[in-house]
Amino acid sequence: MAARPRQNLHSAWRTVKDHLATSLAILATLLVVAPLVAIFFYLIYKGASSLNLAFFTQIPKPEGEVGGGMANAIVGSAVVLGVASFFGIPIGIGGGIYLAEFGRGTKLANAIRFTADVLNGVPSIVMGIAAFSLIVVPMHHFSSFAGGVALGIMMIPTVTRTTEEMLLMVPHSVREAALGLGVPNWRSVLSITLKTASPGVITGCMLAFARVAGETAPLLFTALGNQFWSVSLNHEISALPLQIYNYAISPYDDQHRQAWAGSLVLIALIVIAVSLVRFFTSRGTLKGAS
Amino acid sequence: MSNLHVPNPAAGNPEGSVPVRIPVPAAAQVSLQADQPISAVRRYLLSRGSSSVADRIFAGIMLLCALVIFALVALIATELITQSHLSWHAFGLSFFYRFNVDPITHLPLFWDPVNGIFYALPFIYGTLITSLVALCIAVPLAIGLAIFLTEMCPRWLRSPLSFFTELLAAIPSVVYGLWAIFVLVPLLRDNINPIFIRIFQLPLLERLFGWTHLFGDNGLFGGVNLGLGLLGAGAILAIMILPIIAALTREVMSAVPNSQREAALALGATRWEMIRMAVLRNARIGIVGSIILGLGRALGETMAVAMVIGNSPEIHLSLLSMGHSMASVIANEFTEATSDMHRSALIEVGLALFLVTIIVNAFARLLVWAVTRGAPARVQ
Repeated sequence: MAARPRQNLHSAWRTVKDHLATSLAILATLLVVAPLVAIFFYLIYKGASSLNLAFFTQIPKPEGEVGGGMANAIVGSAVVLGVASFFGIPIGIGGGIYLAEFGRGTKLANAIRFTADVLNGVPSIVMGIAAFSLIVVPMHHFSSFAGGVALGIMMIPTVTRTTEEMLLMVPHSVREAALGLGVPNWRSVLSITLKTASPGVITGCMLAFARVAGETAPLLFTALGNQFWSVSLNHEISALPLQIYNYAISPYDDQHRQAWAGSLVLIALIVIAVSLVRFFTSRGTLKGAS
Repeated sequence: MSNLHVPNPAAGNPEGSVPVRIPVPAAAQVSLQADQPISAVRRYLLSRGSSSVADRIFAGIMLLCALVIFALVALIATELITQSHLSWHAFGLSFFYRFNVDPITHLPLFWDPVNGIFYALPFIYGTLITSLVALCIAVPLAIGLAIFLTEMCPRWLRSPLSFFTELLAAIPSVVYGLWAIFVLVPLLRDNINPIFIRIFQLPLLERLFGWTHLFGDNGLFGGVNLGLGLLGAGAILAIMILPIIAALTREVMSAVPNSQREAALALGATRWEMIRMAVLRNARIGIVGSIILGLGRALGETMAVAMVIGNSPEIHLSLLSMGHSMASVIANEFTEATSDMHRSALIEVGLALFLVTIIVNAFARLLVWAVTRGAPARVQ
């Protein structure tokens, strides 16, 4: 008889705990969303109000003078990222093809996959030191080439892993059809398997690109930064993240304004890339495979 | 298996009743994963031998591309080791734990490039403390978010929310740093730090817990409140590692089979009890793995930390004090390093960072793999 109210009390306590857990989870979600909203709000609010035509067409003014833009940094970023993609994407895709098509299930492939994942977690500043001692020290000067190599190294593991995952989604019947028609294996891999998986592979490359596009640390002592126009691979070059960093820690208000504008441009580029990725992967080009 | 049963087309056996064994070249004899076996037809076609030279060359080039990843790790390691041997020879292992004492002020002196004193202790301390603060803030929030997304979230909200958190991961660290300097640091200085300072200087707490030295003017929240410093760096790091931990935790939680959830609910569990007993319990190894991955990211994060940590090579107990982390000291001083010893010491800090993050990441990857790639979660 006495057990009944106690049981009710117990189940009431369980209900309370359940509601408590639910509200804590919702609270956590709100706390995560809040800084994101704040970051985007400030970026758009401060960035949009400081964007103007001069930002895209002029090079930086000397210290303390108002005006100028980041045209050279935007072009510099394009040069450095071009070099990075030139090295990173082909090697990354090749590695992915090996993992998915030739080495599947072997110990070597597992070791490579694991190493790629670990390399993915190596801090970007360490990549900067490596590129510094590999290229800058022998050449005796900083260069955009060294910056590109540092970023290229960072792209390789990401591209490799996504390429592998996308190739694994291609149904076996497609490969068998190609081989059955007498196509040599390498042709089948390149123009059948890789082509079938190409939307996924391209999104993987764009994700890697977006990731290194915002990297500052590897460029600090490879590309170094430059206040003037430069598109040469052999000289110091400016890049958007580097310029944002330099302006953010400077004492001048006008440079802070430009740092916000630069961040907005950088984020816009990255968000466009990520959204395209979402768009392509959600269209289900590769769904239902195998 | 070394041989394969395939109807031999060359033998022209119309019945196909007698399976003929044909040898399979070594390249095709890979041990296969169970989900996608290479079919007998494909294996036969691969082994016919036509254009095998071109195929071999192609496979070789692809293998070379894959081996580049090994080569990169080896190259980075050898470069860091050879470039840091100067400071290694001068200081040895004591680089990481010793310090000098200033003859005038009697304060410990760790890092003085002008006088050639290089001891890395304050950077290790700064890296550890900021990462710890970041984990303390980020882990509960990330797990809460993952629980909300996998177990509670209405369907229409799930996709935009996870897209939002993915965006958080895509923001470059220099933009986080910029936001931290102009928004987070003033917010901490004016609104959040005073609350902590007041709590930690309550006379009652000071009397009760004074022996821990965490309270009062010289405690965890003593000293000058500038907003910059270890706490600010930890806070911005927390925001940065949140999406990684949340995304991986979500992944392991979704890997828990639905039958486990249904079993718990069928036994009369409330939703929270179901989450605790069926989901969290089965996913715990993977969650630990994702936390360690977040730690790996926090240890190596450079720009945002360098912008708010304050950049002074000292050790203070207070979280409000300025500090330096391993990554931030490299970012700040590398281009200005004039002496070879200074540069070598910085590279040795980088080498230590490289080794630590490799170990942390390898450990975390193994844990996550054990959960998501292995057999379905074990029933307890």
